[in-house]
Amino acid sequence: MRSCLVVLMVVAVCLVSPAVGAEPVGVGAAWPAISLRGPEIESQRSYLGLEADGPFVLTDVSADIVIVEIFSMYCPHCQREAPKVNQLYQLLLDTPQWRERIKLIGIGVGNSPMEVDFFKDTYGVPFPLFPDGDFAIHKALGEPRTPYFMGIRLGPGGEPRIVYAKLGEFEDPARFVEEIMAMAELK
Amino acid sequence: MKTNGYLLIAVMLLAAGAAPALGESLAFKAQLYDVGPLKSTDSVLKVAEGEMAPDFTLPSVGGEKITLSQFRGNKHVMLSFVPAAWTPVCSDQWPGYTIARSLFDQYDAVILGITVDNLPTLFAWTRQMGDIWFPVLSDFWPHGKVAERYGVLRGDGTAERALIFIDKNGRIRKTHVGDINERPKLDLIVAALKEMNAAP
Repeated sequence: MRSCLVVLMVVAVCLVSPAVGAEPVGVGAAWPAISLRGPEIESQRSYLGLEADGPFVLTDVSADIVIVEIFSMYCPHCQREAPKVNQLYQLLLDTPQWRERIKLIGIGVGNSPMEVDFFKDTYGVPFPLFPDGDFAIHKALGEPRTPYFMGIRLGPGGEPRIVYAKLGEFEDPARFVEEIMAMAELK
Repeated sequence: MKTNGYLLIAVMLLAAGAAPALGESLAFKAQLYDVGPLKSTDSVLKVAEGEMAPDFTLPSVGGEKITLSQFRGNKHVMLSFVPAAWTPVCSDQWPGYTIARSLFDQYDAVILGITVDNLPTLFAWTRQMGDIWFPVLSDFWPHGKVAERYGVLRGDGTAERALIFIDKNGRIRKTHVGDINERPKLDLIVAALKEMNAAP
């Protein structure tokens, strides 16, 4: 019995720790139960369909798919990619069949709120960005390099599941969304 | 049974102590050498706030020699010592400063980036970072002489992850020798620049 407990402890520690050679979560994996602080900007709360202004989890977002960009203010590729990710956001807004169904957020790994704000201001990022100053989210996601894009299917009823994952830049925003929708088996 | 218990505890400790990847950028792909977790600091600072900053001249990646005192009366200076080229945390530190140029302009300050690597190594490494707008200096030979003078040369010959804020009069306003395993937050830098620029 005691051995079983110890084994369970080992498994638990391994699951939450940044094990050497840890792999980023990928397609088919459940999205971890990560709590994000609510956006301070009312328009961004409205965009995500959040009713309250406190912390939220991904399933609180009003969408079928949430695209999550894992980025860092300190990452040259993320800096270069920022205008194109802004285009992706605008494309989602401008496309009636996607506007309400697909939402986009970013998580700045190792970035303080100020660093995330600095990135946001520098590149005029219009969609919600969230700080992960202590790398807690980064660790829960298996420590992906940046930028790392994920498409997370939110419904219906089941746990949020990763249906798309991509390390590095995407070429064409429209094709990128279509790939995610295809992987999610949505039209 | 007892042996198995120790083995399991060892596995647990290994899992708990493994080094985080610290949001490593794809820009460097698999080119970085993972040094693993290091002793937080390994030197004794030899300069103090309020003192005149020791002057130095070092070669830069851009080809010219840079002397600290050439900025006196003109710009505040932030010396950014980083431990070594091609290592995880260092490689994602200066690219952040690249997009923060407006902040340094706002507070009338420049950065001097310094490592103990030689110039060819620094040249290759910084080319992966995009457009670095500030001088990157090599404190390679005599090895780590400037780092040693400031008291930020570690026992293994690398430098600490240190920031030294020097005002336009050449006086040290703030020192920060942080945990080598962690990148200093921009928050700290902005606060120091603001305070230094506001001082008479």
